[in-house]
Amino acid sequence: MTKSNFTRRGVMKTGAIAGAGLATPIIFTGASWAQESGYLNAPQGDTVTLGFNVPQSGPYADEGADQLRAYELAVEHLNGEGDGGMLSTFSSKVLDGTGILGKKVQYVTGDTQTKSDAARASARSMIEKDGAIMITGGSSSGVAVAVQALCQEAGVIFMAGLTHANDTTGKDKKANGFRHFFNSYMSGAALAPILAAQYGTDRKAYHLTADYNWGYTTEEAIRSSTEAQGWETVNTVLTPLTQTDFSSYIAPVLQSDADILVLNHYGGNMVNSLTNAVQFGLRDRMVNGKQFEIVVPLYSELMARGAGQNIAGILGSQNWDWKLENQLGDKYIGTNAFVQSFGTKYGFPPSQAAHTGYVQALLYADAVTRAGSFNPCAVVEALEGYEFDGLGNGPTLYRAEDHQCFKDVVVVRGKENPENEFDLVEIVEVTPVDQVTYAPDHPQFAGGSLGTCNPGA
Amino acid sequence: MEAIILQILNGLDKGSAYALIALGLTLIFGTLGVVNFAHGALFMLGAFCAVTFSRLIQMSHTVVDETRTDFLGNPLQVDVPYIYDFFGQAAGDVLIDWAVPLSILMAIPVMILIGVIMERGLIRHFYKRPHADQILVTFGLAIVLQEVIKYFYGANPIPTPAPDAFLGSFDFGLMLGFDAGGIVYPYWRLIYFLFAAVIIAGVFAFLQFTTFGMVVRAGMADRETVTLLGIDIDKRFTIMFGIAAAVAGLAGVMYTPINSPNYHMGMDFLVLSFVVVVVGGMGSLPGAVLAGFLLGIIEAFASMAEVLAILPGINQIIIYLVAIVVLLTRPRGLMGRKGVMEE
Repeated sequence: MTKSNFTRRGVMKTGAIAGAGLATPIIFTGASWAQESGYLNAPQGDTVTLGFNVPQSGPYADEGADQLRAYELAVEHLNGEGDGGMLSTFSSKVLDGTGILGKKVQYVTGDTQTKSDAARASARSMIEKDGAIMITGGSSSGVAVAVQALCQEAGVIFMAGLTHANDTTGKDKKANGFRHFFNSYMSGAALAPILAAQYGTDRKAYHLTADYNWGYTTEEAIRSSTEAQGWETVNTVLTPLTQTDFSSYIAPVLQSDADILVLNHYGGNMVNSLTNAVQFGLRDRMVNGKQFEIVVPLYSELMARGAGQNIAGILGSQNWDWKLENQLGDKYIGTNAFVQSFGTKYGFPPSQAAHTGYVQALLYADAVTRAGSFNPCAVVEALEGYEFDGLGNGPTLYRAEDHQCFKDVVVVRGKENPENEFDLVEIVEVTPVDQVTYAPDHPQFAGGSLGTCNPGA
Repeated sequence: MEAIILQILNGLDKGSAYALIALGLTLIFGTLGVVNFAHGALFMLGAFCAVTFSRLIQMSHTVVDETRTDFLGNPLQVDVPYIYDFFGQAAGDVLIDWAVPLSILMAIPVMILIGVIMERGLIRHFYKRPHADQILVTFGLAIVLQEVIKYFYGANPIPTPAPDAFLGSFDFGLMLGFDAGGIVYPYWRLIYFLFAAVIIAGVFAFLQFTTFGMVVRAGMADRETVTLLGIDIDKRFTIMFGIAAAVAGLAGVMYTPINSPNYHMGMDFLVLSFVVVVVGGMGSLPGAVLAGFLLGIIEAFASMAEVLAILPGINQIIIYLVAIVVLLTRPRGLMGRKGVMEE
């Protein structure tokens, strides 16, 4: 005797679903993704959940807090609250303040602690327990690379936060990962001509480099760019990431015949090494008949506050600056709109960490809307090769080959007499995107491949 | 030669901080027998005494300047320190400039108080517990203290500069017969070294030449006998805990112009200071000071480019290598006393 599993109700349900599927016209455009299911964490009901994975504890907690403020602002604007921020200046007009694809945006947060394992654990929790469809944030390249790999394995989109190492979109690039922030190569390419113009081409540089992935790629980028301008690299010394007092690394600089010190340091390392270098009178020295100079390839406004007056006159690069539109005009439209929204809500101007987070959230929402689907593979397709404007950096391209954004790079200098704690740097020049663009197979980005997008199911 | 002199100066300077922290650690261990993992946090709290004093002295009221605008285009709100109202701008600026040295006046009572509260309120309950329990509770306390500081002051370093008069560097080059500019050393680091020397000498003199110090030393050598003589040694040890906290705190206060303080700075020093104590010899005050300076100098030399060219990465492990060698050849450390931590 056999037992049938068919029931009258079951047959009717299946028939109704099949009928609805057959009745729906198939359109082979980006929007065709909308007809598909079968991807991880497809939004249920009338909400969609995004995962903001930022350092809420540890040494980058203040940067994480600023990033989180920006994400909260982005969610407000996507849901039609507040003044809309950059939605009004964004070149794409598909975002109308009704959430994403009509679903109200909600979010969960995770604490990366600026540790790769903790960041992966919090991202995993947001994906598995909270059903996050996209993960974004972070203030470290180590974390970005780790979380990007996790998102690739899991099958959700990763919109990187503040990550500057070449590897994020170089040897560790992934199909599901996208970086809006600039990288070490771009810093080198943007800085080198300005360094040559300001300090001359006959210079001897001494590098102190943080002993981890970001430090290596930044040193390599600055070295190759400055050497191409005629500079000589007299020495490169790796410093432990945990180092706090750099005096024993600064002292040998005094004994060398270097007339430039490049500090490939970030965060607390940068604050301490720069402070120590200034204490040792390096900025007052004359070597080889030239004024000794210090260069900090990657500026962080939040951390620069820790260095106080020591950053005065020091050249470096940034992804964005809140004064861009005021000082350089409409090309950088979106900047003022964002500063206005952020400043009104929080009482101070946003950092570049906040800016890149906000922009990434908007770009993701826009890509989903244009694709007509939350399917990660549809989002990848919508973002690859996407050209946009109005988000504060001028015309920008999300290059398909490596998922890296290409845009102008801001070269800044520590202000001699800052008027307040938010006015620490002045814009020296903006290096056009053409000068910082490189081939996808450039040696500094060699190895690794995007692979294929993973929808997670 | 200039490079060697510079690294000796660096080592002495770095060793000053190690020695001050290790001295306090050894004092607490020698008197109370407690392995205090919160001692780095006391160093950090001292630094934040300087930050707090600096902020107190700069407490301001806002005045709207209609002639200027802020980043949103609104009339600029300018902060005017109250101290200008009380003493005039010129005197106020001098006080603000000298905030770090002046904060010592606040740090001493505050740190003694923190030390006494810490000892009476928490640590005394762990005297008879195993060292593992003491380590756990003091390490936990250190984490709590640094999270409290992070909550109120944020995670980023806070610039706390030295007075303008000490911002430059001293040129030893000409004085020692070398080229000008060959050996320059920041004024404040020299002051830090001298300050550490004075504090260390003061602590030794206090223990050596006062009745209180004599009783404490007697208590360190034989607590039971001193107690049997009717002396309340616990009270004196509590005061010593307060003094050890103040020494760590003062080390932190004076360190703030060298590196901008952040909530994590205590942990950065803690492990190294324990190595210093172990190398110097558990319970030995001269050993702690000697090892502090010795390891500071060795660490400075290991960071030289010439050394790193031969032994890459040696700068990251040299202190621990020295500790291993010392413990293998002199298990009680350089000046360790017999019977300490050997039960």
